[in-house]
Amino acid sequence: MYYQPVWRLAKHIVIIVLMILLDRVTKTYNKNLGPALDRVSLHVEPKEFVIIVGQSGAGKSTLLKLLTREERPTSGKIIVGGIDYDKLRDRDIPLLRRKIGVVFQDFKLLPNRTVFENVAFALEIVGVSTKEINNTVPKVLDIVNLKGKEKRMPMELSGGERQRVAIARAIVRQPKVLIADEPTGNLDPKHAWDVIKVLEKINKYGTTVLLTTHNQEVVNRLRRRVVTIDHGRIASDKARANYTSATIAVDIAAAKK
Amino acid sequence: MRAKFTTFSRIIRTGMVNFVRNMWLAIAAMAIMIVTLTIILFSVIVNATFSNTVQQITNKIDVSVYLKDSVTPAQSQSLVGQLKSLPAVQHVRYLSKEDALKQYEAQNVGNTQLLQAINETDNPLPATIKIKPRTLNDIDQIRAFIEKPDTAKLQSDPASDSGDRREAIAKITHATNILRRVGAGAVVVFAVISVLIIFNTIQMAIFNRRDELQIMRLLGASTSYIRGPFVVETIIYGIFSAIISVLIINAVFVTASSSLQATSFGLLDISYSQSFFENRYWELLLIQLALGIFIGAASSIIATRRYLKFKTPKR
Ligand SMILES: Nc1ncnc2c1ncn2[C@@H]1O[C@H](COP(=O)(O)OP(=O)(O)OP(=O)(O)O)[C@@H](O)[C@H]1O
Ligand SMILES: [Mg+2]
Repeated sequence: MYYQPVWRLAKHIVIIVLMILLDRVTKTYNKNLGPALDRVSLHVEPKEFVIIVGQSGAGKSTLLKLLTREERPTSGKIIVGGIDYDKLRDRDIPLLRRKIGVVFQDFKLLPNRTVFENVAFALEIVGVSTKEINNTVPKVLDIVNLKGKEKRMPMELSGGERQRVAIARAIVRQPKVLIADEPTGNLDPKHAWDVIKVLEKINKYGTTVLLTTHNQEVVNRLRRRVVTIDHGRIASDKARANYTSATIAVDIAAAKK
Repeated sequence: MRAKFTTFSRIIRTGMVNFVRNMWLAIAAMAIMIVTLTIILFSVIVNATFSNTVQQITNKIDVSVYLKDSVTPAQSQSLVGQLKSLPAVQHVRYLSKEDALKQYEAQNVGNTQLLQAINETDNPLPATIKIKPRTLNDIDQIRAFIEKPDTAKLQSDPASDSGDRREAIAKITHATNILRRVGAGAVVVFAVISVLIIFNTIQMAIFNRRDELQIMRLLGASTSYIRGPFVVETIIYGIFSAIISVLIINAVFVTASSSLQATSFGLLDISYSQSFFENRYWELLLIQLALGIFIGAASSIIATRRYLKFKTPKR
């Protein structure tokens, strides 16, 4: 009985202190297969940079999709930037998504629009004036080092450049939270590092970044907080971690005990 | 407020751009819409013409009751009053002997011999009550009343009615009613086909752009921002189709009326159709516009619904 008021008080503090709160979140796609995420609790502070690692099928994308409301949890609580997802109505989902920048693993760029138009698109749909768009987009394209390529079509870009367009589009609305699902997916080390540097830059400006990756070199060079997910559970959560496949295996083994 | 206006003008602009970009799709959808709206407008005019024809014929039907000279004004007044209270009666007119004579003279203006003969005698015409029934079949009820002994004894001659023309009138009424029903059926069928085809056309347009819609959704576009351009696009279809359908009807009834007259077996009173159309030109155009806009908007709103759902079902 005493739990309720305490929780309420705690929640308000949490909203102020935390950017992302997941409390025993479970997601089951298919009852016969077991949960994709199993009672995951995660706290992320504002301006934090969190790397999420884990084997394929561990549940990383599922976690991110819960945050953007692409998927809904089977149970558990999610609060992002003070918004309690239990109280979120369908018609407020667009408003939520405007607050979260997302870099999709498959870019999701519009193939028949130029680089500039793709980035401007994110502003157009929220009613930003054309004048302001013409003012903001070049600045953001500058941040991701795409100056001079405004008029190119996505097909005329390299993988890394496309990825950076996707990042530009994700940050152009200055979201409080940036979610990047394997943004270095199919990139060679140099391009992968270009992308990571942009994410770091944005993080420095004050955006909370959530990044999933398979790339150990990225993890090691970043030296940030690393959360390991294994079979839908959080196996480890370490600040400033240094990782190799061996250390991940050790963590997972330890979590299983 | 500024943002809302910016968004609104963007929706309109995107809709127009898409209209131009998807020109072939637009032409296909509009062709069907034009056919539908033209048929609807055509049936409205034909229907109005037919009911006018039937009305005019019915107006010519009346029953005349001839009163004996011995009937007092009080008696005739009360008879008129009773007739007026019958539900089958639309209108009653009383002609005194003098009125009847004047009317007779007016009808036979050219025939001086006849008029002279009449003037030489004492007015031979009876006072007459002319009764207009509401519909053709009401004649029977009126006759039944007139032939009641109370009424019958006031009459000099048996009442006459336009019963001889009755069969012909019934035939025309029947024929026009069938034509009206066929017309109404055609309108319904074409409206349904039109909505289905437009609906499919838009669904096709949406299917081609489903990735874009999904991306818009994921980036936080509101439902009206995604749906708006499609609605604008189909409203443009509606506006063009309405205007073209009125122009087609204009050509049919005003320019090609003589050939239409020939093909309608004289059943259609073209001059009435023409004046009906011309008198209500703006009104009909407005109705067509409203109909076109409605069909266009409704089909795009329904067609987009599936792609606008927030994918996952409620737990
Ligand atoms: N829409 C879905 N319907 C059913 N099962 C799903 C769905 N999406 C994911 N899953 C399952 O949930 C589990 C977690 O998937 P998820 O995509 O989160 O993994 P991941 O960690 O992102 O993997 P990867 O590194 O390969 O991207 C997997 O077993 C996957 O098969
Ligand atoms: Mg994934």
